[in-house]
Amino acid sequence: MTLAIIIGYLVIVLVIGLFSHRFFRGTSEDFFVAARTVGPFILLISLFGANMTAFALLGSAGEAYMEGIGVFALMASSSGLVIPVVFFFIGTRVWALGKRHGYLTPVQYFRERWGSDGLGLLIFAVQIALLIPYLLIGVMGGGTTLTQVTGGQVPDWVGGAVICAVVLTYVTYGGMRGTIWVNVFQTVVLLALGFIAFWVIVDKLGGLTAAMNRLAATHPDMLVRGEHIKPLQLLTYTCIPLSVGMFPHMFIHWLTAKSAASFRPTIAFYPVCIAIVWVPSVLLGVFAHLDFPNLPAGAASSVLVKMINLHAPGVLAGLLAAGVFAAIMNSFDSQVHSVGTMFTQDIVRHYGFHDRMSEKQQILVGRLFMVGILIVTYLLSRVTDRSIFKLGVWCFTGFAALFPVVVAAVFWKRSTKWGAAASTVSVILLWLFFITRGWKSADYTIADSGVMPVAVMLLVSTAAMIVGSLLTRQPQQATLDKFFPRSGRTEEEDRPVLRIAR
Amino acid sequence: MKKPVRSLLLYAALVVLYLLHNDLWLWNDSRLVLGHPVGLAYHIGFAVVTSIVLTLLVIYAWPEHLDRESGQ
Repeated sequence: MTLAIIIGYLVIVLVIGLFSHRFFRGTSEDFFVAARTVGPFILLISLFGANMTAFALLGSAGEAYMEGIGVFALMASSSGLVIPVVFFFIGTRVWALGKRHGYLTPVQYFRERWGSDGLGLLIFAVQIALLIPYLLIGVMGGGTTLTQVTGGQVPDWVGGAVICAVVLTYVTYGGMRGTIWVNVFQTVVLLALGFIAFWVIVDKLGGLTAAMNRLAATHPDMLVRGEHIKPLQLLTYTCIPLSVGMFPHMFIHWLTAKSAASFRPTIAFYPVCIAIVWVPSVLLGVFAHLDFPNLPAGAASSVLVKMINLHAPGVLAGLLAAGVFAAIMNSFDSQVHSVGTMFTQDIVRHYGFHDRMSEKQQILVGRLFMVGILIVTYLLSRVTDRSIFKLGVWCFTGFAALFPVVVAAVFWKRSTKWGAAASTVSVILLWLFFITRGWKSADYTIADSGVMPVAVMLLVSTAAMIVGSLLTRQPQQATLDKFFPRSGRTEEEDRPVLRIAR
Repeated sequence: MKKPVRSLLLYAALVVLYLLHNDLWLWNDSRLVLGHPVGLAYHIGFAVVTSIVLTLLVIYAWPEHLDRESGQ
């Protein structure tokens, strides 16, 4: 029964994705950024869905099982503040630049902003390298979930393959519109089923108050941060959500907006959406101690599925597993789409065809790359055995440390390609340095002080951007005119004034 | 109140929110509030307050020039 419900859910997802193709306009802008037509509430749901991963659902419950309720303050509450602020200051401005200059990827923007192909290539390589672990989260989460909800009947490799096949079909056929339509459906499913899961399981545990009282009696350390989280960790973890500013899939999702005003509901409601998903996951994670005390760290990431299997077998388990799938595919599809878009636009179109590819060629190449990326990701997931959470944190760390690059591009006229290159190289070196030291420890902080590596990386990359820019020649006036028009005027309106001034 | 002043006040509110996020004073407090551990209840409330401040931000400090600059 469980398996039948999951299959039914996946069929619905496929139908939605394929149906979206009826609205396809046949242009590359439509395939890659849904022709920049996404309105306010769809933007809210699609951006939120694209940023919710298996990490947010399975990882958060697993972390709460290990560290207690402090996980919410550490990861969710900080995201609820930082992410919408990034949307407000960066996302809206990137959207305006993308609309004016026709950008489809972050690299197109950075390359023109600093007039450097080499820098574009460097940022491209770093973004792709950091996105691969993030993609693996999706495939591995799918495999784990399907195996556990079916009691081991379906092997791990089948779950990952199913996720890849379904996403492959609707992303390559429906493009960004298909991805967004499915995202909206899946986010609604995720929110609804998450609430049902929480309500059913807590009811089986005797109600919220009874469960909390039992937990207070048996595992009081789960109700406080205590020794689980260090104060400096809480302080420096707030750097992690800055990653949203450099995630290529979020950047491309920004470009789908119909207008800057479309961002308003996303910014206003994002913190509440985060709380709606994370509070039940964290509570179920700590309540799992009542049913599964003393699980080893490796088994913690699947504690949510264990709870579902124990308290909500049969039809409900199938529905709830579908909710987990929704969370996984929501971000996975956007990431696959963004990688395909970047390879097509930033490499093939820019270098192979010198920006002279036809619309049909762009769409075909985009589709082929998306197929290739899914195959490579799936194969990598078969030889990787690291926990979902660890993959996530290191991926977020790298993207967050690159945040000064997008801030300087958008706000700092004096920034140069050398500053941006220095900043990016510093991130590469420090990321390699820290991952070789911290990989084996689940809660690695520098010298066990609570300071997350991302905080140091962010400081160094900011310093590198400033020093590198100030030591090199300032950008040409034409570049500044292009990217920093006088407030409220278009580039075209500025031109006559600038000519007279010269 | 003029828009630049309103904007600055709302930006300052964001900084205050960041400081309030670091609730060190509740670190080892295990009281239950509305059925939740106080450390969790505080951050649920924090999410609601953040949403309210951000709503004010998009109403009173919105960068109106962006739609014009984009050529719309």
